[in-house]
Amino acid sequence: MKKNWWKIIAVVFVLYTLIAGFLIPVPAQAILHETIRNLYFHVPMWFSMMTILFISVWHSIKYLNKSDIQSDIIATQAAHVGMLAGALGLITGSFWAKYTWGAWWVADTKLNGAAITMLIYLAYFVLRGSIDEEQKRARIAAVYNIFAYVMLLVFLMVLPRMSDSLHPGNGGNPGFNKYDLDSNMRMVFYPAVIGWILFTVWIFTLKVRIEKLKRKNLIDE
Amino acid sequence: MNNSIKKILLSFLMMIVIASASAQENESIEMASGLYQSGKIYVVVIVISLIFIGITGYLISLDRKISKLEKEAKNK
Repeated sequence: MKKNWWKIIAVVFVLYTLIAGFLIPVPAQAILHETIRNLYFHVPMWFSMMTILFISVWHSIKYLNKSDIQSDIIATQAAHVGMLAGALGLITGSFWAKYTWGAWWVADTKLNGAAITMLIYLAYFVLRGSIDEEQKRARIAAVYNIFAYVMLLVFLMVLPRMSDSLHPGNGGNPGFNKYDLDSNMRMVFYPAVIGWILFTVWIFTLKVRIEKLKRKNLIDE
Repeated sequence: MNNSIKKILLSFLMMIVIASASAQENESIEMASGLYQSGKIYVVVIVISLIFIGITGYLISLDRKISKLEKEAKNK
């Protein structure tokens, strides 16, 4: 139980988000209307993705330092869960766009950047799948993973800030300060981000443990 | 005479413009206030919370199963 305190925080925070996110009043804004509540669910997906992919690249660097195959397992599983969060972010964002901007997809720096990031990470899995030898696969994948994370930073953090965009938080604005101003929303949004990040990290740790058990079984057999 | 008609017409036009502008200001942004007034939003919140609690329970059981397997693997 001592080791699991953060899982409890994750569940409590997400549950709080689900309840408060629907019940606490939000500012009435044209076009957005009630969809502004999506902020509690769509945006934390991207925060989760960036956190988990950071864990992934961290362990890739660790692998290159020490050649410990455990780090490679962690990096791979983290990339998997990162893609899950990213896919959910893309799909929810697409729905949100349909009902506010009027289209499932618009040629926007932020949106296209997110899509390209996903493709770069898909290539990471293709690369892994194409190499049979374990050590070689781990090393090449680790190097590629570092490249992928740098590209993620460029496509999601740098390029959208350099051009105007429909998406909030772009065109020179480092945050989504327009909504951040409302203290009611902040009370839900920050716990939402923490809760969702911890929740996805929990799923990721489960995946890592399963993968390690699998390897152990293979060695024992 | 002609001038005063122009003035009246102009002021009338101005009134229309101002009226329409203020009407736009007063036009409230449509929110789901009906759902809140009737209290049915609570049903949605309960349903979503139940689904999340269900998923959490599933994750906890998975977590425990994996812990058990890890213990078995250690004792091997």
